[in-house]
Amino acid sequence: MRTGLDASEKTSPRAVRVTRARRSSLWGLVAVVAAVIGLATLPYLVYADVTDFLTNAFILLVLASMWNLLAGYCGLISVGQQAYVGVGAYSVLILAQNGINPYAAIPAAVLAAGMIAVPVSFLVFRLRAEYFAIGTWVVAEVFFLALVRVRSLGGGTGTSLPGLSLIDPALREAITYWSALAIAAAALLASYVLLSSRMGLDLTAIRDNEVAARSVGVRVTTAQRIVYVVSAAGCGAGGALLIISQLNVLASAIFSVQWSAKMIFISLIGGVGSIEGPILGTGIFFAIQQSLAQLGAWYLILVGIVGIFVAMFLPRGVWGLISSRFHIQVFPVGYWLHPHPALPQRGRGKS
Amino acid sequence: MNWVNAVIQGVMLGGLYALFACGLSLLFGVVRVVNLAHGDFAVLAAYLALVVITVTHVPALLTFVIVAPLFALFGYGVQRLIIQKSLEVSPLTTLLVTFGLSVVIQNALLVFASADSHSFDLGRLTSASLQITPELSIAFVSLIIFFTAVVVLVGLQLFLSNTATGRSIRAAADDQEAAAIAGVNTRHVFGVAAAIAFATVALAGLALGTYSSFDPSAGPPRLIYAFEAVIIGGVGSLWGTLVGGIILGVAQTVGAQIDPSGGVLAGHLVFLAVLALRPQGLIRARLAT
Repeated sequence: MRTGLDASEKTSPRAVRVTRARRSSLWGLVAVVAAVIGLATLPYLVYADVTDFLTNAFILLVLASMWNLLAGYCGLISVGQQAYVGVGAYSVLILAQNGINPYAAIPAAVLAAGMIAVPVSFLVFRLRAEYFAIGTWVVAEVFFLALVRVRSLGGGTGTSLPGLSLIDPALREAITYWSALAIAAAALLASYVLLSSRMGLDLTAIRDNEVAARSVGVRVTTAQRIVYVVSAAGCGAGGALLIISQLNVLASAIFSVQWSAKMIFISLIGGVGSIEGPILGTGIFFAIQQSLAQLGAWYLILVGIVGIFVAMFLPRGVWGLISSRFHIQVFPVGYWLHPHPALPQRGRGKS
Repeated sequence: MNWVNAVIQGVMLGGLYALFACGLSLLFGVVRVVNLAHGDFAVLAAYLALVVITVTHVPALLTFVIVAPLFALFGYGVQRLIIQKSLEVSPLTTLLVTFGLSVVIQNALLVFASADSHSFDLGRLTSASLQITPELSIAFVSLIIFFTAVVVLVGLQLFLSNTATGRSIRAAADDQEAAAIAGVNTRHVFGVAAAIAFATVALAGLALGTYSSFDPSAGPPRLIYAFEAVIIGGVGSLWGTLVGGIILGVAQTVGAQIDPSGGVLAGHLVFLAVLALRPQGLIRARLAT
């Protein structure tokens, strides 16, 4: 796409220059790298309760980003991503029970979740968009009901994760924190790479108009299936981190639809369809949760009401508001058209 | 005899699921909205009935006279104020909004009514049953629920086929713009369809409270069963919904007969098998509602 426009620039004086990013994105990249380096030093600087808190935030960020990939770029609303959260957690458990270090088991958990998602996708993709949501939920319930029947994995009462008791708790918490940070960074990077590739263009076309995308040769189902598998793998990573940070697993908790609720509200409030949205959403979600922590279920009522209002009146979320007001993009996956300087400043904007 | 009994109980349970499913099916068929708060609205109706019983002391079986019309009004309001607005943002927004409603209703019930489970006290009727053979009996409560489901489905079918309002509902469902050109006020018609759907949701909630018990978290499983009944039977077919509900109910009770903790799983597996082998459902849609 870019080469085509570059070529026309040489021949036509009316050509526009096309770039991925405006200058703000370069600063955004610098800020992201600095933030990751800064966060990586935290275990040396602050108490474990801060890093524990951030570990949980990173896990939710990973999950929300993965849900957002599906909803924001494929138009697939899943209420069943907890299926892969559970698969990730139980993969780590099974490997740890067989003597493999839980941290070393994380990549295997990611792989397992991704591989299971392939056959499942053939089943749930038979349901049209509106019913896809409940279909994925049924799959998660099936995984849950099947796993509670396996007594060696704790059945319905849960079990603890072996293999980490010999590590000093302070060191263990630090390694868990770094793993969560690394996976969160990897999830954002993977989203960025996926969406900036040719596939990102396909996905944007699908999101904007599926029928039109199909008619110009976008292989819609293949693109959606790839994203579904990537999203499942990412949720598997989140599940692996969950069992490692909690040191135990309870089937009814790990397969709870609450995870989907959190993914949905974080993405929704932050902004569906942007990589930055879930980051901002995670911050807002924890702010609401912390300020209403004493009031029990009230925080979910408030988060739900905020989510409903955002969905109805602010479909691109809080980040969409900021981004369109200030033209900021930290992760540029679209294209900017820069008009020729000699021409009147018209048509400036995002393509 | 245990197996025959399991099948009969399954058919009765299927009536309950069909009752849950017809509101979901109607709302999807007409307004193209999958209401993820469907089960939670039913549970809300059951709690409303508890309030009605406490205030007016009417018998539990008669609360539907008050709760169903209230819920019809409520449904009209929800449709006009929330669902219609989110439908105009995008069809998928309705999923997010109704999911949000589901979370809000569940947690609000938890805050205001605690996590205790409730059921309706029917007095002598609770334990009364129809004795077929010495080993085989059907509880009257189950029969009443099954009968209600059939009446609601037949009534709905007749209403949609034979009345002016029913015809305008089907017209709006088929082609919203063409219906609007022909003078149908589609927003009002969608509101009416939602009102009917919510009235059946209220009945389903009351049936749940009489058949077994309910608590704030009882909604999502009922949504899933209703959905499975719709898909097994075939989207858009009201009779298919009844058949789908019965197949799901029988799968659950027979599954539980094989392994006491395997009933729900067996139901899900039958659903997945239908999805894999016959995704259009078992009954072909005759009436495109």
